[in-house]
Amino acid sequence: MSDQGSFYQRDRSWHPAAFTPQYKTSVLRSPQYPLLSLENTISEMTGPRFGHNKIGPLDNDLIRNYAKTGDPIGQRIIVYGRVLDENARPVPGALLEFWQANAGGRYRHKKETYLAALDPNFGGCGRTITDEEGRYWFRTIKPGAYPWPNGVNDWRPAHIHFSIFGHAFAQRLITQMYFEGDPMIWQCPIVSTIPDKAGIEMLIASLDRNATLPMDSLAYKFDIVLRGRRSTMFENRMEGN
Amino acid sequence: MFQRLKTLKESPSQTAGPYVHIGATPNWVEITGVWEEDLGLVLIGPDTRGERIIIKGRVFDGSGTPLKDALIEIWQADADGLYNSPEERRGKADPNFVGWGRQPTDGVTGEYRFETIKPGRVPYKDGRLMAPHITFWIVARGINIGLHTRLYFGDEEAANAECPVLARIEHKHRVQTLIAARSEEKGLPTYTFDIHLQGEKETVFFDI
Repeated sequence: MSDQGSFYQRDRSWHPAAFTPQYKTSVLRSPQYPLLSLENTISEMTGPRFGHNKIGPLDNDLIRNYAKTGDPIGQRIIVYGRVLDENARPVPGALLEFWQANAGGRYRHKKETYLAALDPNFGGCGRTITDEEGRYWFRTIKPGAYPWPNGVNDWRPAHIHFSIFGHAFAQRLITQMYFEGDPMIWQCPIVSTIPDKAGIEMLIASLDRNATLPMDSLAYKFDIVLRGRRSTMFENRMEGN
Repeated sequence: MFQRLKTLKESPSQTAGPYVHIGATPNWVEITGVWEEDLGLVLIGPDTRGERIIIKGRVFDGSGTPLKDALIEIWQADADGLYNSPEERRGKADPNFVGWGRQPTDGVTGEYRFETIKPGRVPYKDGRLMAPHITFWIVARGINIGLHTRLYFGDEEAANAECPVLARIEHKHRVQTLIAARSEEKGLPTYTFDIHLQGEKETVFFDI
């Protein structure tokens, strides 16, 4: 760690812009002034770290962690992958949180009113911490597509939300994972906030038959890339003297 | 021909959506029994060093309507100006203060609220001290990539006046959007920090 400095500038033409009117809620929730560029200070180059002591044994098992009377209904899947930085180095000790709808596209949330039924054995939240090689995995039910009041007939593709903590607050990221082959991906106003097709493809998990558990669960591979950082050999020392 | 750089692209951001609480604060939306307590709700304990304060406010959209589905995370130094992070090399931060917190905005009023301690000053890149500040990160439905800003304290006029980050704001009237006004609540210093996503009172957001 001692040879690491500030983070590579975020490529804001690769990420979604703030103002993306096809996603209607962004219209009034997008800043109009330009962002003020701020070279990383120690306030951005540090961040919270979470120990394994906070994580329960079922936190990465959405099939079991809310089960009351049996297993949830739906396609059993394993999602696994690595958290890397832009230098392709693993990010160990990263906290990942994920949340999703059930197999019918229904979220367990008090403000949710979609008519598809709740599953009494499915909560929809999980979390885990990456290992020394940046690897993670969790087990869940494949979420269903979900209608939402944007256009009169807009549907979200099947997706799992991810929240990722790296090693610094500058790396903080929330994104969504989609499933290989889903035709809804290319019709979604939220997906299309990402300007580059290659960027969208980074968020599509691949079906991995080699990681599938025969007679049990399909598997999807989803790698996540966080910002990389410079070596301090190119920088002033933090204390500036 | 050219040599390809061996760098990857960052995973693109997507909105946290309206149901971010399921993953971030499940107990708060009555998904109970999965994990005991939501991360980041409590920042301080009896052994945390420093002056107890409350920070609170609301997040407004471009029509002046408060967001009732936002999620706010804060990151701050301890009372001595040290971060509780392995990347902190200037000293050892207070072990009883993680320095990170997370709160949803209230589903009816839109208000968020943190009980924390006032941070000490930390240095800018060139060694000059920045004014005491708390880093904010805001996500919500309709926000495609999390917004970074900073809370500064209304009763730190001298430090604010010499803060090298605040000095970089070209339009001086916008500095005020980062400064939380002090009042008292339950005998504690209370700082109100309203965030305006858009419009005349738009808060300064940073590309960090």
